[in-house]
Amino acid sequence: MMRSLFALAFVLIATVAQAVQPDEILDDPALEARAREISQGLRCLVCQNENIDDSNASLARDLRLLVRERLLEGDSNEETVDYIVDRYGEYVLLKPTTGGWNWLLWAAGPLLFVFALLTGAVYIRGRSRAAAPAEAGLSEDEKARLEQILRD
Amino acid sequence: MITELGHFALILAALVACVQAVVPMIGAHKRWPGWMAVAEPAATAQFLLVLISFAALTHAFVTSDFSLRLVVMNSHSAKPMLYKISGVWGNHEGSMLLWVLILALFGALAAWFGGNLPPTLRARVLGVQAMVGVAFFAFILLTSNPFLRMAVPPFDGQDLNPLLQDPGLAFHPPFLYLGYVGLSICFSFAVAALIEGRVDAAWGRWVRPWTLLSWMFLTIGIALGSWWAYYELGWGGFWFWDPVENASFMPWLLAAALLHSAIVVEKREALKSWTILLAILAFGFSLMGTFIVRSGLLTSVHAFATDPERGVFILGILVTFTGGALTLFAARAGAMQAKGVFGIVSRESALVANNILLAVACFVVFVGTLWPLVAEMLFGRKLSVGAPFFNMAFTPFMVMLGLLLPIGAMLSWKRAKVGRVLRQLAPALGLAIAVAGLFWTIQTGRSLLGPVGLFLGTWLVAGAITDLLSRIGKSRDYSRLLRLPRADWGKAVAHAGLGITMAGIAGLMAWQQEDIRVAELNQPFELGNYEFELLGVERVRGPNYFSTMGEVAVRQDGAEIAHLYPEKRDYPVAKMPTTEAAIDYRFLRDIYVVIGDPQTGGGWTMRVYIKPLANWIWAGCILMAIGGILSLTDRRFRVAAGARKAAPAKGVPAE
Repeated sequence: MMRSLFALAFVLIATVAQAVQPDEILDDPALEARAREISQGLRCLVCQNENIDDSNASLARDLRLLVRERLLEGDSNEETVDYIVDRYGEYVLLKPTTGGWNWLLWAAGPLLFVFALLTGAVYIRGRSRAAAPAEAGLSEDEKARLEQILRD
Repeated sequence: MITELGHFALILAALVACVQAVVPMIGAHKRWPGWMAVAEPAATAQFLLVLISFAALTHAFVTSDFSLRLVVMNSHSAKPMLYKISGVWGNHEGSMLLWVLILALFGALAAWFGGNLPPTLRARVLGVQAMVGVAFFAFILLTSNPFLRMAVPPFDGQDLNPLLQDPGLAFHPPFLYLGYVGLSICFSFAVAALIEGRVDAAWGRWVRPWTLLSWMFLTIGIALGSWWAYYELGWGGFWFWDPVENASFMPWLLAAALLHSAIVVEKREALKSWTILLAILAFGFSLMGTFIVRSGLLTSVHAFATDPERGVFILGILVTFTGGALTLFAARAGAMQAKGVFGIVSRESALVANNILLAVACFVVFVGTLWPLVAEMLFGRKLSVGAPFFNMAFTPFMVMLGLLLPIGAMLSWKRAKVGRVLRQLAPALGLAIAVAGLFWTIQTGRSLLGPVGLFLGTWLVAGAITDLLSRIGKSRDYSRLLRLPRADWGKAVAHAGLGITMAGIAGLMAWQQEDIRVAELNQPFELGNYEFELLGVERVRGPNYFSTMGEVAVRQDGAEIAHLYPEKRDYPVAKMPTTEAAIDYRFLRDIYVVIGDPQTGGGWTMRVYIKPLANWIWAGCILMAIGGILSLTDRRFRVAAGARKAAPAKGVPAE
């Protein structure tokens, strides 16, 4: 509860600023492009499900500047992300790692897909081999009714 | 006085719902016609009572009755009338009242148009619908009563969240709820069929219009929300994979699957138990959406009224209904014998593939949405699952869907020949490859996203046209196109709409151009082929806000093509700023201009974007909804509705 209140307060105070500001942009366009790419994968900690590239919060601005600082120091993209994860935890990663039980998250879709394909294939095979119900014969009621019709 | 009447009407409606939930069910079990017949007038009465209640609350908002707590919290006397009305559902309590209003509306519609249903099935459908109603009436009256008064009424209200004061968002919730809650009728049909132990072609035919209707409303509701995000949030994002967006997207995916599997039930009497399961799950996901929005369990920009007590109540409703229905399903599903026989290559198989892809896609969204919760509770890890995950894990299934769709849509029932269909589709395929190749060569950078999206878009649209043309055969008599059943047109239009949406999403994501700078007055700058110039900035006063409004000229080859007025608004009562982007909408691209803060050294922060194909995203959604309307007005549904007295109670045979 406290956490969400805190976040709300932050959003209210901080929306006055805006996402990436002109003074943050690096002179080197290649470096800036890398910074933008990294920013889009990092979560703004005080916002709700926003990346730091889009966020207006001042903490997001601090993180954007930090990313650019690391890139200017000559870090690679991975090193920059690791640097931030070391300090803020894996909560900042919008794209979760595959480590630990997270493999299940990544594999859940493909696993279910394979399972569903197999089930679907078995079902379709069954349907294509099943005897048509008409060939299975008529019920007693239907037989009686058919006889009646034929007699008429 | 009017408020108290509304409150009273709501309590009466709850009592009527209790009667409707019990009496017809017993009647259907004992085969007592009198008891079953209670359902119909009860459904009508319940709807009218909730309508009175809703009208009373609307009256309080419109007249700015600040003795009502809800009005104080969410309204202001200076607010424009449109937003006074939309303020009724722009909050937790009011939106729940809208929710039960729509629930009662669908119950009443089922009563009014359900004349050709067998009496026991109709009584049970309305009974189950009323059970859901009872749960939500209890929820409103016990935890979220909108009719509470203030001991000391203040002079004015606290205003509605300014982000919600927008025409797009004013109508977003009603459409979304029409979709969410419309699925309750499919749920009621599924549960009633399980109790009856009978699912046949006629059942499929009855369920389909309701599914179509809900799916169509969900499509419109989601599109409105996404369009709102695009122009209101200030950088033109249209989808954020936010938990609450996902909560509306999952029922949409399942409703789309249900729509298609119900066709197989109707035409071929197969996939019965799967269709029942889908109907239960689709509504289950709607309930879960409500739970996610209102419990504060997952952090989201949309979450309002985050209150644990309410969350637990809704969780209880969710578990009771979904769990109860699934238990019933487990006990009875074995009784559903499939009848239709079909070959491995057939329309039926294609629709099975459609269902697999949609259901797995929904599952991916589901796992991704809930994973942060699972990880925290089971493994003690605090982590996020955001857009990059969903883009990677979800997209492949949509691409497969797009690839298979035109082929599957043209396969014939029972036994089909792929070769023949592929020969017919060859021109469409060639065209799609040509378009993709063209854009692959002219684009800068070597991203696959844009060409793949345009390939799928062209393939789906051309495939839909091929499908229609194939229906007139070799006769070249194009007037036959107009005489095709509307359902065929609906199918083609909706499938083409999906293609256009896919192309729009890919185009926007792949080729967007952006420029962020400090713009000085009267100093032109360029982006893409366009030149922009900030001509002036003014302070403007709106009804309940102050605005900083820039004036921007957009030129192409020296000629002015647009004059844009981006705004930054401050709402003094709600103490919130909003950005109002100025957008020049064109067929092939949008120009999107946002003004920011003044800089100390002079000039203003400005963001300018060129967004290729942006409109296509929503144009495709509109086409999908139009496709739904066309199918819904197909002759067999109209005839079925008109001939209700003549139709035998046993139902109509397939084909």
